[in-house]
Amino acid sequence: MTSSAIKWAGASRSTLPFNDEHDMLRRTARRFFDAECAPQREAWEDVGMAPPGIWRRAGELGLLCMSMPAEYGGGGGDILHSIAVMEEQVRAGVNAPMLSLHNDVVAPYILRYGSQAQRSYALPRMASGEWVGAVAMTEPQSGSDLRGIQTSARRDGDGWVVNGRKTFISHGCTANLIVLAAKTEVEGGKERLSLFLVDTTDLQGLHRGPPLDKLGQGDADTAELAFEGMRLPASSLLGGPGDGFRMLSDRLVEERLMTGVGAVATIEAALEHTLAYVKQRHAFGQPILNFQNTRFALAEAYTEAAVLRTFMERCVRRFLRGELDAVEAAMLKDRATDLQCSIVDQCLQLHGGYGYILDYPIARLWCDSRIAKIYGGANEIMKEIIGRAL
Amino acid sequence: MARDVWRKAGREGFLCAKVSPDYGGSGGDLLHCAIILEEQTRLGFSELTFYLHSDIIAPYIELYGADDQKQRFLPGMCSGEIVAAIAMTEPGAGSDLQAIQTRAVREGDFYRLSGQKTFISNAQNAELIIVAAKTDPTQGARGISLFLVETEGAEGFKLGRNLNKIGCKAQDSSELFFDNVMVPAANLLGGAEGRGFYQLMQRLPEERLIMAMSAIASMEVAVEETIAYVRDRVVFGQRLIEFQNTRFKLAAAKTTAVMGRAFLDRCVDLFIDNDFDAIDGAMVKWWATERSFEVIDECLQLHGGYGYMRDSSIGRLYADMRLGRIAGGANEIMKDIIGRSL
Repeated sequence: MTSSAIKWAGASRSTLPFNDEHDMLRRTARRFFDAECAPQREAWEDVGMAPPGIWRRAGELGLLCMSMPAEYGGGGGDILHSIAVMEEQVRAGVNAPMLSLHNDVVAPYILRYGSQAQRSYALPRMASGEWVGAVAMTEPQSGSDLRGIQTSARRDGDGWVVNGRKTFISHGCTANLIVLAAKTEVEGGKERLSLFLVDTTDLQGLHRGPPLDKLGQGDADTAELAFEGMRLPASSLLGGPGDGFRMLSDRLVEERLMTGVGAVATIEAALEHTLAYVKQRHAFGQPILNFQNTRFALAEAYTEAAVLRTFMERCVRRFLRGELDAVEAAMLKDRATDLQCSIVDQCLQLHGGYGYILDYPIARLWCDSRIAKIYGGANEIMKEIIGRAL
Repeated sequence: MARDVWRKAGREGFLCAKVSPDYGGSGGDLLHCAIILEEQTRLGFSELTFYLHSDIIAPYIELYGADDQKQRFLPGMCSGEIVAAIAMTEPGAGSDLQAIQTRAVREGDFYRLSGQKTFISNAQNAELIIVAAKTDPTQGARGISLFLVETEGAEGFKLGRNLNKIGCKAQDSSELFFDNVMVPAANLLGGAEGRGFYQLMQRLPEERLIMAMSAIASMEVAVEETIAYVRDRVVFGQRLIEFQNTRFKLAAAKTTAVMGRAFLDRCVDLFIDNDFDAIDGAMVKWWATERSFEVIDECLQLHGGYGYMRDSSIGRLYADMRLGRIAGGANEIMKDIIGRSL
């Protein structure tokens, strides 16, 4: 039999309109992750973060802000550039530097909602890798429910004074620029969420905790932040006062789409590792791929992966046409990350004891995957979004 | 199904949409078949009666039949004058087709056909049954041939009772007995022996794609009907949809249906581009029938006791869809096909 279920994975049957430029970026990304990140993963895990120098290197190679306009130092590309880079990062098995957070989550806030001055100041620094970006929404008592945010920004003369705490903030230890969500008082004395662009250079009143000890993704830093009388200039307000909730909600569609892209790439990487393993591993006198249970388990996983990739690509094509809505993005995020965890777990099982050892990529993928069902809006929130639209 | 419904369907152009107009068909493509199948399913008729006849059996004759065979059978199949069935499965041979025991022995201008078939859909009404038989029992796959057996006046042919199935109640399934039935040699499909297995295999990807179409349409119908039901139904003083469990279960069901539709559409595109093969057919068939059954089961649960009644649409869909995981090659066979390709 010449045909194989493998043909559904990766680029061979892709319906995404990648061109030569995307492919070139993909090759650059592959070399960068394989040669400059993967060998460092363990060292970075030991300290819980990647060094700032890796960001400048990524900037030199054109791997930062690919989809930002060239006038701000970006690559003038589209979401397909981001997808190519994310697929290569997942393939290499590294989480740091978290390029997608920087490129696809933080930078678009500035481009979309920032003033000309904010864009010109922040985006070129992000594109060069001089600055690392973060978004601070979650608080100890407020995760998926953004309305529970307690961090407040009070007007003080020309500027703002911020008090409160954030937690689980990716790049919390290393970020130079933080998109911060805080309550502000708007007309009529009501409190509404606003977003601030926080330049951490010489900033007083910002306290960063040590890297949190996570179940996975230990090479990328995650931290608590505390703000004690932290003074921000008036120019740090992003968009209009009280517009925070709307801005955050608007951005979620693309963020969840990219989470789906990452989940598909993770599943395909897990299957590739597992297929290679079950072909070479012998038990009871034969490769374990010869056992019917192995073949059935992989047949199911490869089929699920094919269905999911097809749906993901459809979502991407709809996004490119400006048609992807919040419900579809929630469907993709929910199902993709759910399948990611279940398939990666099944793949670990097929590795036997080796799957439990962190020297094996499947063990790392297993640890790294679990958060996907929680971040970007817990999957229960996705089901609420879908369920309410029925 | 009543016999005159077939003629009505033929008059309206709902039979054999893909068959060439030269033989009385509509000259359409797979999308015409899909439209008829989806609309039929939407009305709560998920049985395979029509698409078995039109989209699975007619292509055998059109693709592999000699010209006189096409002239003799296809116009009648298009008009509904001839109802067709296909007989592969035997009491001792289902997914394992090479194990069939029915024999066809050449005698002059005839073949002497002996053996037994079971689970044969449409047989009660059938004027024409395509029968798989061994013409050379020393050969495995190469010993199988397909015969166009005309039931009227066929001596030695006995139609068994209409089997009492769990579901698909509006579609008959029967045992067939062949006791030295003399079939004219001119009724050997395509005129050459030993090609039956190859002919069957070649048709499987499209047949499985059509089964997946039916499964996805059934899943969509189930989700839509259940959404309507839970909006209406009041328990503990509130509508069922206001309970979080209901919304979460339906959110998952709807997601599965949307993903299934995306995958099916992609498979149809691949089919139209001639890039759809046996692996793809196996993947879409098992996934669609398995997931459809799961979703319909969840939907039945949300209907409570009403879902357990045979006159409820969801109850019928549930019993009907159970067959999808078995027919057209059991889903275990699909996984074997995919697993071996790795």
